[in-house]
Amino acid sequence: MEIFQIWVLPRLNYLIYIFLMLLGLYGMLVKRNYMKKVIGLNILQTAIILFFISTAAKIGATIPIIANHEHHGSHAAVNAVQYINPLPHVLMLTAIVVAVATLGVALAMVIRIYQLFSTIEEDQVLLQLRRETLVADAKESFHD
Amino acid sequence: MIWSIELIILFLVALFGMGALAVKDLLGAAILFGAYSFLLCLLWAIMGAVDVAFTEASVGAGISTVLIVSAVLRTTRRSED
Repeated sequence: MEIFQIWVLPRLNYLIYIFLMLLGLYGMLVKRNYMKKVIGLNILQTAIILFFISTAAKIGATIPIIANHEHHGSHAAVNAVQYINPLPHVLMLTAIVVAVATLGVALAMVIRIYQLFSTIEEDQVLLQLRRETLVADAKESFHD
Repeated sequence: MIWSIELIILFLVALFGMGALAVKDLLGAAILFGAYSFLLCLLWAIMGAVDVAFTEASVGAGISTVLIVSAVLRTTRRSED
């Protein structure tokens, strides 16, 4: 119980981020449905984005918009401790857009696979591919 | 108080992520994934990253869910696992 209060409770959000990353990896590796694999990929990406955003957060700081800047000539010195670090926000903004692009390409590939094999289960696709190569090999040996 | 709200949303995020991977109906998985994205957006708004939060709400939860639902409608709805 004491270990829980001292060690686990301050790091509970990090433990949940690690859990989300492993959940996405599990979805990509173990699930045989291609749509589930795509959802696992997106969960992995959002877990990494969540980790980066949480490194920017500070206790007692506000959002990174500089207050009372109506005097354009005289810029007061910005006290950086009062503002949340905006650099990880900008990086992860790009990562979200890239995640949607990745999702679009992956779903286009899933739709194409369904048009070719009329299934989106990986084991059935592999079975059909193996059967096609067997038939092609048999034809080749027949011609020889 | 804020910290406890953040903790509850974190557990809900983990729960909805597991649900999106566990459900056999792919349309249900798409909707659960949209709820997961909206909870993440709420979490980022609490953390003070408002720009990331509204980008996630429009792009991550909106467009991603629409793309997944349209892909499910073009392929099959059932999943073996």
